Amino acid sequence: MIQMLNRVSRFFNPLQSTTGAGQADIPQAFMHPGYSENMHAASGQKSPVSSREQSLTSSSQKTRVTSSEQSPDSSGGKSADPSAGKKSRMETRDLTVTYGTTIGVKEVSIPIYDKEVLALIGPSGCGKTTYLRALNRMHDLTRIAKVTGQVLLDGKDIYHKDVNPVNIRRRIGMVFQKPTPFPTMSIYDNVIAGLKLVGIRKKSLLDEVCERALTQAALFDEVKDRLKQPGSELSGGQQQRLSIARALAVDPEVLLMDEPTSSLDPQSTNRIEELIHTLKDHVTIVIVTHNMQQAARISDRTAFFYVGNLIEVGATNDLFTKPKQNQTEAYISGRFG
Amino acid sequence: MTTPQTQTDHTSRQESNTMREAFKNHLVTIEKDMMAMADMVTLAINKSIIALKEQDVATAKIIRNDDQFINDKRWEIEEKCISLIATQQPVATDLRELIAVLSIITDLERMGDYAEGIAKIVIKLGDTPLVKPLIDIPRMEEIAVEMTRASMKAYSVRDDQAARRINKQDDQVDELYHQVQRELISIMLEKPSTITASTKLLWVAHNLERIADRVTNICERIVFLVTGEMIENIREE
Repeated sequence: MIQMLNRVSRFFNPLQSTTGAGQADIPQAFMHPGYSENMHAASGQKSPVSSREQSLTSSSQKTRVTSSEQSPDSSGGKSADPSAGKKSRMETRDLTVTYGTTIGVKEVSIPIYDKEVLALIGPSGCGKTTYLRALNRMHDLTRIAKVTGQVLLDGKDIYHKDVNPVNIRRRIGMVFQKPTPFPTMSIYDNVIAGLKLVGIRKKSLLDEVCERALTQAALFDEVKDRLKQPGSELSGGQQQRLSIARALAVDPEVLLMDEPTSSLDPQSTNRIEELIHTLKDHVTIVIVTHNMQQAARISDRTAFFYVGNLIEVGATNDLFTKPKQNQTEAYISGRFG
Repeated sequence: MTTPQTQTDHTSRQESNTMREAFKNHLVTIEKDMMAMADMVTLAINKSIIALKEQDVATAKIIRNDDQFINDKRWEIEEKCISLIATQQPVATDLRELIAVLSIITDLERMGDYAEGIAKIVIKLGDTPLVKPLIDIPRMEEIAVEMTRASMKAYSVRDDQAARRINKQDDQVDELYHQVQRELISIMLEKPSTITASTKLLWVAHNLERIADRVTNICERIVFLVTGEMIENIREE
């Protein structure tokens, strides 16, 4: 009887001999003697799980930089390419940013499509913020920074000597990691600061723009009765939405966001994410985020950077389900970074 | 000397690696559970046909009752998958693996139901003599079980080409099913008194044909797991 049961358990569990898995996984009732006939044929199979464990080990060793990974895949997904049919609003061609002898980003070429959300992800120091700041000439303010290659906005190079960076920054707004309301200004003045800077003084127009921008930033209802109060009195999430409203007031075509929710609580983060979802009907958004779930939730396409190189860019859905590069897979799965 | 910052980084990396290890272990456990479930299902299929051949009602009753264990195993694995998805937010291959498992265990559970269905037919037939000798039906069972085991092997080694090859065997099962169908229809036409018993055998063949179909679903999921492509009617490239 015991021999018979042993035979049965071997049949049930060909894995047993090599993995130690199994007998406990199979209900005892299945060990009924009625099942015992002809079972020896199945015994002695090699453990498939053992092979799986080996493959897990070997796959984690596969991650390395290959020459093919130097040229990122920009094909996107075949099933639902969010860029299909969209025109390119911005584009970087062989964009390289160096700080003295240090390379920030190296020869990055990405088309940025009209009214899309492009997320930039990668470990700290990979160059994503450097890339973002190059998109509205923020590096002009850093003496040792040198930008080569091209950044095109509607086909025109924003680094051309005839282009005024102030005009560029009006067309390409920016929201930073920490909320940046001007502390001495009221909520109202914060929103219209950009307009005043370019000389607009007409009160009715300023009022109209202020309401529109605050509404777009999903803040108007919360502050409409206290527009004259200092912006710095708002909560962190509200201050960040105020910063977004200020950026939107000048009616930008592209909005750059550098980890806009990293200092916010989950509820405020959720508000900003909702806002991004709404805003993309009107503006093109490029966002740097360390939160991969956020990138997966809010973006149409995602670009993965690693040590200054663009490793892969494609439809977010594809990048998070079937990345083409081992490095991308390893990073988004949490194996490094 | 290590700076405090470096120490923090090092600690958090260690924690991250440990968490990653734990996640990997959960995935391995889920795979083992699925393999165990597949063993339960193949055994149930195999024994249901032996019970039919030997008209062994006692074994058939055990198979019928034990289907509950297969169902329980499916829910247990599903719960583990849902918990991992909720807590670990897997992506890429890890996500595809869990999605594949969720789909495969559904197919395995249904295959178990088909085996249970055959067992119920054996119980209903009782001592009623079989209308024909069983040759093609056991052959169908052999191929279906072989396909199931091979699919689990292909899953374990992540071999999408093997999965495509296994899929082709479904044609053999279909062919045998049509043969059994033709034969039983002839018998029924010739001897209408055998209609009830013949219909029962026809259901047995039908269940085996469906089991093989379910294996093709499993193979499609293996291709999805390995390549990320969702393709119906996969074939070897």
